[in-house]
Amino acid sequence: MALTEHELRSLDYEPDAGGHFGDYGGRYVSETLMAALSELDQNYQKLKNDPDFQREFDADLASFVGRPSPLYHAERWSKAVGGAQIYFKREDLNHTGAHKVNNTIGQALLAKYSGKPRVIAETGAGQHGVATATVAARLGLECVVYMGADDVERQSPNVYRMKLLGAKVVPVESGSRTLKDALNEAMRDWVTNVDDTFYIIGTVAGPAPYPQLVRDFNAVVGRELKWQSKELFGKYPDALVACVGGGSNAIGMFYPFLKDTEVAVYGVEAAGRGLSTNEHAAPLCSGRPGVLHGAKTYLMDNSDGQIAHTHSVSAGLDYPGVGPEHAYLKDIGRANYVGATDDEALAAFHEVSKVEGIIPALETAHALAYTKKLAATMRPDQTVVCNMSGRGDKDIFTVAKMEGISLT
Amino acid sequence: MSSNRIQQRMDALKASGRKALIPYIVAGDPTPSVTVPAMHAMVEAGADIIELGMPFSDPFADGPVNQRGAERAIAGGMTLRGVLDAVSEFRQKDQDTPVVLMGYLNPLIAMGEVAFCDGCQASGVDGLLIVDMPPEEEGSLVQAAKARGLDLIYLAAPTTTDARLATIGQATSGYLYYVSLKGITGSSKLDTTEVSKRIEHMRQHISVPICVGFGIRTAEDAAAIASTADGSIVGTVLVSQVEALVNDPTKIPEALQSILKPMRDAMDANA
Repeated sequence: MALTEHELRSLDYEPDAGGHFGDYGGRYVSETLMAALSELDQNYQKLKNDPDFQREFDADLASFVGRPSPLYHAERWSKAVGGAQIYFKREDLNHTGAHKVNNTIGQALLAKYSGKPRVIAETGAGQHGVATATVAARLGLECVVYMGADDVERQSPNVYRMKLLGAKVVPVESGSRTLKDALNEAMRDWVTNVDDTFYIIGTVAGPAPYPQLVRDFNAVVGRELKWQSKELFGKYPDALVACVGGGSNAIGMFYPFLKDTEVAVYGVEAAGRGLSTNEHAAPLCSGRPGVLHGAKTYLMDNSDGQIAHTHSVSAGLDYPGVGPEHAYLKDIGRANYVGATDDEALAAFHEVSKVEGIIPALETAHALAYTKKLAATMRPDQTVVCNMSGRGDKDIFTVAKMEGISLT
Repeated sequence: MSSNRIQQRMDALKASGRKALIPYIVAGDPTPSVTVPAMHAMVEAGADIIELGMPFSDPFADGPVNQRGAERAIAGGMTLRGVLDAVSEFRQKDQDTPVVLMGYLNPLIAMGEVAFCDGCQASGVDGLLIVDMPPEEEGSLVQAAKARGLDLIYLAAPTTTDARLATIGQATSGYLYYVSLKGITGSSKLDTTEVSKRIEHMRQHISVPICVGFGIRTAEDAAAIASTADGSIVGTVLVSQVEALVNDPTKIPEALQSILKPMRDAMDANA
C-alpha cells in the first residue's frame, strides 16, 4: 500500500530483527541453514559497526577497486536526447568492471573475520563470479563458483577470467541452466560445507541477512553520489535510474536517498521480448508475491506456483525473483519499476557506445534505455543520474552474434 | 477424522514395540498414474506413514536426485491439485495410513494457503512438512492448517541450537523430522552413533516422536536408526529407483517394495 510523502520521509528503511522489509524478505529456508544464517547475522551486526572492519573495507575500496568512481556528465548524449542533463555514475570503471566488487570485498572480509577459508558463489553473467574470484585470490581463499550451463556458454570470457584467478567453475545442468539454478546449487554446497565455507551471494536476494548486508556494501555508490552531485551541480539529482535483476546496483544507489523523497527513483527490469509476452524477467512489473530462495518477494511463476523460465538478452538480469527490499519499495510507493525490452537495451548499447565512447554492459543498457525516455520528458535544468553499473566488454560476443557478425 | 491418524499410528507402533517406516516419493514421478498404486504397494511392504512430495521447480534443500524427480513430475503434468486428488484416490482404499505432504511454500501461496488446507482436509491429508517455512515465518498457512486438524511437522538439524529446539518443539505436531546429516537429501555419510547421541539430547526438548531422515539407504541403516529413533524416513534411494524405471513405470510399485520389505524386516528384528 502506497504511503504518503511524510511517511516515506520518516521511515528508517531497515529490516526488522527477522530480516523483514514490511511483508517481504525474512528467512524462508530449511532448518539445515538456520544456524549458518544466525551466525552470519550475528557476525555482521557486530562487524558493521566495528571500526577496524570498516577501515579495512574502505581502504580496499580505495586502493584495490579505485573508488570513488567518477560522476560523469554525458553532455553529447544529453543534447541528443534533448531533455534533462544525464550523468553516469561510473561503476564500470571499478576493478573487474562493475559494481559487483563492492559487495564481494565486503563479504570476503566477513569470511576472513569469521575464519572461513573457503568461499563459494553463484553467478549469472559472470560478473559476480569474477568479482568473487578476484577477492578470493587476493585474500588467499579457496573459491568455487556455480554457473548455469547456458550462462557458461554465453559468457565464456568471464569463465576463463575466473579460472585465471584460480577459481573452480562448476557448470549447473539442472532446471533452466541459468542463474536461479546456480543459486540452488550454491545453497546446496553451503548446507553441506557450512563449517569452513562462506557463501558470497551476488545480489540483494536470498534469506536474511543477505539482502541487508549486500545493500550496505553497495551503498557506497549512493553515498558518493550524494557529495558528488552537490559538488558537480549543487543539489541532489532529480531522478536516479538503475537496472534491476536481483537489484544490488540499484539498491546501492537508491538506499542513501530513500528519505530524500524529492529524488525520484526508477528501477528498470528486463522486459525481454515485451511485458505482454511470457519472455521477460520483470517480476516487479508483472509478477506477484511468493517465496523463492529464502525470501518472500515478487517473482515470476505459473498458475501452479512453479518458478517460470525467464528470458533476457542479458544474463545478469535473467532471474525470476528480485531483492525483497525492492518489493517493499514498490508497494509503499517509494520507487518506480519499469521495463526495457531487449531491443531497447540493444539500441541504447549502440547509441551510448557511439555518442559517449563508453561500451555499457547489456544489463546497464536497460537502465540507459529508460534514462533516455525519462530525460526526454524533463527540463534541461534538471538532472538524471544513471548507474553505469558495468562495462560491456564481456557482452561484445553476444551482441556480435545476435547481429550475425563472427569475431573469430 | 484425519487429525489423529498420525498420533494413532505412532501410539500403536509404540504399544507393539515397533518403529515407523516412512517412505518418501515425489507425487507424479514420472507420471501421475503411478502414484496411487505406488502408495498402496509401499503400505503393503510395511510403510507406516507416507510422505508424498509436492513437486516444486526449485527445491534447494533437496539433492539432485529428488530435484530430478520433481522435474519429471512437473513435466509429466503433476500439479498441486493433482497431488490432492492422488491422496483422495488413495483414501478410497486406505483410511488408516497417515499421509504427509512435503514440499515448498510457493505452490501453496499460488493456490491460496486457506484453499490448500481445505483441499488437504477434504482429500484426507494428515500432515504438512513445508521445508522452507521455519517456525519464525509462520503465517496464514499455519493458522489454516491447525484449524483443520492438520499436523505440522518441522525439521531439526545437527546444527539446531537448544533454544531453537524448544521453539521447534512447541511448533511441531505428529512427529519431528530430524535431518541426520549436514547437507541435502541424498548425501552419503551416516554416523548412527552420532545420531543416537543427538536423539537422546533432543528428547529433553521434544515430546513428539522423533523420526530420522537423510542418508538412510540400506536395511542396515534403517534398522540402526530405528534402534534409537521412533522412525526411519527413506527417500532418495526410492526416488533413485523410480528414476531407473522411468521407461517402465508399471514396474515401479514392486521395485519400491523390494527396497522397503528388507528395511521393514530388519527394523522389526530389532523390536
